[in-house]
Amino acid sequence: MSAILRGRLVWPIVTLVALLVLNVIVEPSFFSIRLQDGHLFGSIIDILRNGAPTVLVALGMTLVIATRGIDLSVGAIVAICGALACSMIAASPHPGSVSTVMLAVGASLVLAIVLGLWNGLLVSVIGIQPIIATLILMTAGRGLAMLITQGQIITVTSAPYKVIGGGYWLSLPASILIAAVMFAITAVLTRKTALGVLIESVGINPQASRLAGVRSRSIIWTVYVFSAVCAGVAGLMISSNVTAADANNAGLWIELDAILAVVIGGTSLMGGRYSLMGTLIGAFIIQTLTTTVYTVGIPPEVTLVFKAIVVIAVCLLQSPAMQARIRNMRRRRALAVKEGVAA
Amino acid sequence: MSVQVSGKAPTFARTGVRRYLPNSRYVSVLVTLALLIVMFAAGSASYRGFFSGQVVLNLFIDNSFLIVLAVGSTFVILTGGIDLSVGSVVGLSTMIAASLLRAGWSPAPVILVVLLAGSTLGLLVGLVIHYFDIQPFIATLAAMFLARGLCYVISLKSISITDPFFTSMAQTQLPLGPDLHLTPSVIVALIIVAAAFFVLHYTRTGRTVYAIGTGDQSAMLMGLPVTRTRILVYVISGFCAALGGVLFTFYTLSGYSLTAVGMELDAIAAVVIGGTILTGGSGYVLGSVLGVLVLGIIQTIISFDGTLSSWWTKIVIGGLLLLFVILQRVFLARKR
Repeated sequence: MSAILRGRLVWPIVTLVALLVLNVIVEPSFFSIRLQDGHLFGSIIDILRNGAPTVLVALGMTLVIATRGIDLSVGAIVAICGALACSMIAASPHPGSVSTVMLAVGASLVLAIVLGLWNGLLVSVIGIQPIIATLILMTAGRGLAMLITQGQIITVTSAPYKVIGGGYWLSLPASILIAAVMFAITAVLTRKTALGVLIESVGINPQASRLAGVRSRSIIWTVYVFSAVCAGVAGLMISSNVTAADANNAGLWIELDAILAVVIGGTSLMGGRYSLMGTLIGAFIIQTLTTTVYTVGIPPEVTLVFKAIVVIAVCLLQSPAMQARIRNMRRRRALAVKEGVAA
Repeated sequence: MSVQVSGKAPTFARTGVRRYLPNSRYVSVLVTLALLIVMFAAGSASYRGFFSGQVVLNLFIDNSFLIVLAVGSTFVILTGGIDLSVGSVVGLSTMIAASLLRAGWSPAPVILVVLLAGSTLGLLVGLVIHYFDIQPFIATLAAMFLARGLCYVISLKSISITDPFFTSMAQTQLPLGPDLHLTPSVIVALIIVAAAFFVLHYTRTGRTVYAIGTGDQSAMLMGLPVTRTRILVYVISGFCAALGGVLFTFYTLSGYSLTAVGMELDAIAAVVIGGTILTGGSGYVLGSVLGVLVLGIIQTIISFDGTLSSWWTKIVIGGLLLLFVILQRVFLARKR
């Protein structure tokens, strides 16, 4: 318990708990979950389900940020992958068949990998700053998505495709399960192997880790591909949930939500140490915040102001200057206690 | 970087062909200028009516607000920072202006309030960035959310402006010869560009901006007012965004909470295409103006063509961004 209190996750956890408590006070039935037609329903399930795409994108973003990078193009990749999958399904003669959906999903994920390779190429080989390298795809990507959909909103009626974002499996929404599986795989791959440490070392000092024999170029390349794949899956999820591909609005601002989730979760934008658990909590804070605004009865248009204030508060609390001040205050208090004992 | 092998002491005089080559500092700006001319020539060759003075003037008229935004962003980027909040501040400015005018305020205090609001937001961002050591990216991101949220708080619906001063600013055409005209907004934008040019190249503040971008540690050690200047650039950016918002209301005569979504990216793209290096310390405000004109001419060509779809704008801007960023890389690599 004390380890948790001293750890970097204190503030995120406190924020999340405070938000949940606030919800329960306003709406006592907040935590109730009911089973209907073999599916689970309830506010908590809603938060988990709506938060699944953000969790996925934030997961990829965490690793990118850990290498001292940033990926602004995830929103565009969400739009592109949704657009490709939907237009392939809509164009096929059997939109309802599983093989069509598998083909569309496969093609979208391959495209996501290609886009990730592109970002990785610009960052790790050509050496462009990550903000700018991914800004290029962020600007051009929405155009590409509109090129795929020819500027239309493509709607699809395909039962197997609907499962990804809106279906249920084992009475839980499939999107939650997909996000959970991706999260678990990432956690095991980076924390049970040396990969996580290598990523952190690249983030702390790319030069030194290269000299120490870490292949920083391939690691940086890998994290951008991973981030793009996460965004691609999120894109499939979002377009499947609304059974339509909207090149303009799918995944709009999701890169910002994801970055905020990572920052709130205690991963520094300067790279280095990262916390997947923190990111998960951060993503849920953002999603809960949105839900809270509705339950508390604040007009939904104020959500952004509310979000901005929470973000500013969390960032200020985590900022090095504030941390140093808190540490000083504690030290002074400890000294005062000691002097009091001596006297 | 030729090495002189003659017995004489090496001189810095540029000899031979190099004398006729432009100073390498100006290369990326000149590339942008050349690109602008080539695009204009290509447009003139392909479309009837493209080769006219008014098409050129329209580039300024349709992008006067973006020129002002790009000037503000140039200051921030020269210090090595970034300001993502400008688009939302434009939106917020249009909302404040429209709602105050609807409430019966007269134009002068409205414009003053808008400019003050933008500058104050910039000041807050600057203070947070400097004193709490938060990355500009995150601080301005929060400001972006805040400004956009405040837009929604003011009104969800579009508010139209019927104030006589604002409508006259929208409709006035300053004749500039036969079939040529400008708008007051362009004059405002050009004054801002001139002021920025003066500040950046002829004042201590300007030199400090460049010095911070080159390295804030060394700027501090040189005794330059780093704190004040770093905060100042965000105030300038906020002010420019608010002024851009005012010009935008002159252009659209309405306030709407979703105006200028993503305009910060246009401003950043214009600055990058104009040759300012994103790590700071090198670039010119006139380059940013050229960058805005390049973005404008892409839109003009697409609207003249008529068969190209609007999404090509985004793809072309992305491609140009890539081209210029790689160009920057090549020049930086050669310098080392």
